[in-house]
Amino acid sequence: MDLDTIIKRLPYQDPFLFVDELMDISETGAQGTFQFKSDSAFYRGHFKEYPITPGVILTECCAQIGLVCLGIHLMDKLDVEQNKGQHQIAMSSTQMEFLKAVFPNETVRVVSEKEYFRFNKLKCRVKMYNAKDELVCRGVLSGMIILKSDGK
Amino acid sequence: MNETHFTKLKEIVGLYLPDDVSSDAIQLDSKFIDELNINSANLVDIVLDVEDAFDIILENEDMDGMQTISDALKIIEVKLNDK
Repeated sequence: MDLDTIIKRLPYQDPFLFVDELMDISETGAQGTFQFKSDSAFYRGHFKEYPITPGVILTECCAQIGLVCLGIHLMDKLDVEQNKGQHQIAMSSTQMEFLKAVFPNETVRVVSEKEYFRFNKLKCRVKMYNAKDELVCRGVLSGMIILKSDGK
Repeated sequence: MNETHFTKLKEIVGLYLPDDVSSDAIQLDSKFIDELNINSANLVDIVLDVEDAFDIILENEDMDGMQTISDALKIIEVKLNDK
């Protein structure tokens, strides 16, 4: 499955899609970029007169690139034909550290490394870098892969 | 039932109990999800810890059959005998 197809399979859209480009995806990890547009609604409130990208949004960006795109890729390899594209990934835990602020219009790069993918649980280490290649945040994200029809 | 295995399993499960469930609640017939309030994502971590602690490999079917502590002990027993 090519990189654009993975992005098309993501269950998000504007204003909650935080993946512009996937550069690399493999059995062991993923890498992609996103630019935070300055007209995004959250900048009006976070913070008053001082827009900085909220940590939860940085976490979401890391999860969409590092966990969900990777999960789609890994499931596609395993799946029988009738189940292809029929999965969703539910985030089950996040543990993040934030080191630098990300301002409106900055472009970030997310790098994720698979820790394990077993019993439908995908656990990854993620790192986000800014355009100067400085580490912005890092952490560990996990998600459970579920079939769309069964809501468990 | 193997008392040593039960103790070992209790130690592992104890690490994943939510704050409001005491480790005394871990009994043979305790259900991981419904009674011990362990979510399915943490149950995976328990299974991975069990693999390491007992040096066994569990399959998806084993995971599906693991409703209670005693289910887990039975699976561990079978895997150890198969080694």
